[in-house]
Amino acid sequence: MPAVQETVARVREIDVDKYKYGFTTKIESVRAPKGLSEEVVRFISAKKGEPDWLLNWRLEAYRRWLTMTEPTWANVRHPKIDFQDLYYYSAPKSTEGPKSLADVDPELLRTYEKLGIPLREQKMLARVQDSSEDDGDEEARTGDRRVAVDAVFDSVSVVTTFKDELAKAGVIFSSMSEAVREHPELVRKYLGSVVPITDNFFATLNSAVFSDGSFVYVPPGVRCPMELSTYFRINAEQTGQFERTLIIADKGAYVSYLEGCTAPMRDENQLHAAVVELVALDDAEIKYSTVQNWYPGDKEGKGGIYNFVTKRGDCRGARSKISWTQVETGSAITWKYPSCILRGDGSRGEFYSIAISNGYQQVDSGTKMIHLGRDTSSRIISKGIAAGHSNNTYRGLVSAHRRASNARNFTNCDSLLIGDKCGAHTVPYIEAKNASAVFEHEATTSKISDDQLFYCLSRGLSAEEAVALIVNGFVRDVLQHLPMEFMAETQKLIGISLEGSVG
Amino acid sequence: MLKINNLHVNVDGREILKGLDLTLPAGEVHAIMGPNGSGKSTLAYVLAGKGGYEVTAGSVTWKDQDLLAMGPSARAVAGVFLAFQYPMEIPGVATMTFLRTAVNAVRKARGQAELSTPDFLRLVREKAKGLKIDPAMLKRPLNMGFSGGEKKRNEILQMALLEPSLCVLDETDSGLDIDAVRIVAEGVNALRSKERSMLVITHYQRLLDYIVPDRVHVLSDGRVARSGGPELALELEQSGYAEFGGEAA
Repeated sequence: MPAVQETVARVREIDVDKYKYGFTTKIESVRAPKGLSEEVVRFISAKKGEPDWLLNWRLEAYRRWLTMTEPTWANVRHPKIDFQDLYYYSAPKSTEGPKSLADVDPELLRTYEKLGIPLREQKMLARVQDSSEDDGDEEARTGDRRVAVDAVFDSVSVVTTFKDELAKAGVIFSSMSEAVREHPELVRKYLGSVVPITDNFFATLNSAVFSDGSFVYVPPGVRCPMELSTYFRINAEQTGQFERTLIIADKGAYVSYLEGCTAPMRDENQLHAAVVELVALDDAEIKYSTVQNWYPGDKEGKGGIYNFVTKRGDCRGARSKISWTQVETGSAITWKYPSCILRGDGSRGEFYSIAISNGYQQVDSGTKMIHLGRDTSSRIISKGIAAGHSNNTYRGLVSAHRRASNARNFTNCDSLLIGDKCGAHTVPYIEAKNASAVFEHEATTSKISDDQLFYCLSRGLSAEEAVALIVNGFVRDVLQHLPMEFMAETQKLIGISLEGSVG
Repeated sequence: MLKINNLHVNVDGREILKGLDLTLPAGEVHAIMGPNGSGKSTLAYVLAGKGGYEVTAGSVTWKDQDLLAMGPSARAVAGVFLAFQYPMEIPGVATMTFLRTAVNAVRKARGQAELSTPDFLRLVREKAKGLKIDPAMLKRPLNMGFSGGEKKRNEILQMALLEPSLCVLDETDSGLDIDAVRIVAEGVNALRSKERSMLVITHYQRLLDYIVPDRVHVLSDGRVARSGGPELALELEQSGYAEFGGEAA
């Protein structure tokens, strides 16, 4: 069975309430003491055997964080988070020591397999059959595509596949901890250079306690030979996940990267505060895709992940390009604004987003396109779908610096409402300090009409099939930007996320 | 056989159908004519199961099944098909994708195997050709920017693909020029068979020149006021609907 369909089949099998990844894995873990203190920061750093510069970097962030207050401007409501009531570090016991596939706890491998992410390399041959009926072509496009995976379980990376083959191309793909050991000069040069430790409450917290994450470096002129992917899984109770991802595309390099996320169902809320930094040098291109499906909480809005993430890309070089594509279907609260700093002349930023909220989910997400260089351009396509009692907000900033002549932006924000108890909001901020900037903004809000639904039903579709079809049509412009491997999977995920939204 | 017995239907609290009786045997084509506001489209929607149409009395059975107890999808699976007067637009959904989703949903519910992509494409191409549908049309989002003729041909294409046993055509000729009427009518005639019953709702005699009905019923004020053979349609063409409470045609 093709990998994506297999994933979907597995998703359907694991039938726990409405959320299909709600299982926990019984695995022994090593934890830091509960709560946050300088000792805990030192504990994490020591556990990872970090050099002094990194420990000091963490401590500086921690001290800074103590002076900061949680932001309240987002359109989300939640009880105050007690930051002393969390564990900041949890690692599967068995992964301490050398990490190769053979050493990985089989229970962990089973967990990822259950999630449809087989980590054994021979299984990574994904035959992808594109749903080509749209083109009317009989020869369905097929091909063998490989994806290298870095699996992060709670606080640490458990395994990274295809490392040797990537190394042949000169591509470094490893966990952040390993990168600190093996390539300290690269980490030191770029870590915090896009999202500084002073950036915002959650990013500063992350800087102090980040546990692991993925590191990618693509050398000059290299086109990364396969898709890179990180799969995040929160398992342990009352544990925050604070991963840190750093991707650097050197001059003329290209890389496409995908992250996926799930968590078990738990009554209490779990905190996820990640930081992602992207650096694109001259003529480099980074394509970063996210399929976020953290546990969204139950029907009454109990439990679920609080997702406070800072993602930012720096188009540092001339003619560089960074493209964010996100599919947000999970989390109780999503607070996330993948942004682009268009520093290099002629650089380009893109943001394509599908955000689906159902039940009592709250989404406040969008992007920032900061035009600093000349002849920079950006494009924002956001599709928000709100169902149930959920609230879905697009918040975006497009700004042109005084010197950013000929800056161009096109923004399109569409919202779709399902039912009459949900809300969609659009909050665009536009600042042009250069008279030659041209910014366009379009926004629409619509509902699935009863007539459209009836038309589909009268052709034999079930109510859920009808909604999934209409929503997939609504998000089509964005879906096309996902890597092919994940398009079909995402289409099914959209259907699953909206289960129970009609009827 | 379709049996409608003393059907009363309210829309927004107003009674539109006021005791309608109708029998449509298997394999026959019956025309429903009548002035505007006589309840023709209401009848079509009630048969397909649209919400907002409140049945206050009477019964509708199809092959001895209580149609009114079934939801719209179940009716489609049971073989009921409504060709809409105003087909809906669905942005971003390619017509081909819609057709395939519908065909496979119905096949699955009927216990048949879903069609593979090549089999499905072959089937669609063959049926589309008969209706003179440009294959490029099938790649466009469903009904978006379709001309009146394209929309109606697309309805008949769906009818051909879903293999219904009861076809209800709601003013399929409205908004079409004479050539388009002929193409659509030929498509409908190609689907006439001993197992398939059709209810052709139309305001004008014109369509019935091409789709010759076995019986004609004239609706007036929510009831069947008169029934007859095909000649009744011709008679109406002469005299108009004045005697049925409508304006002269």
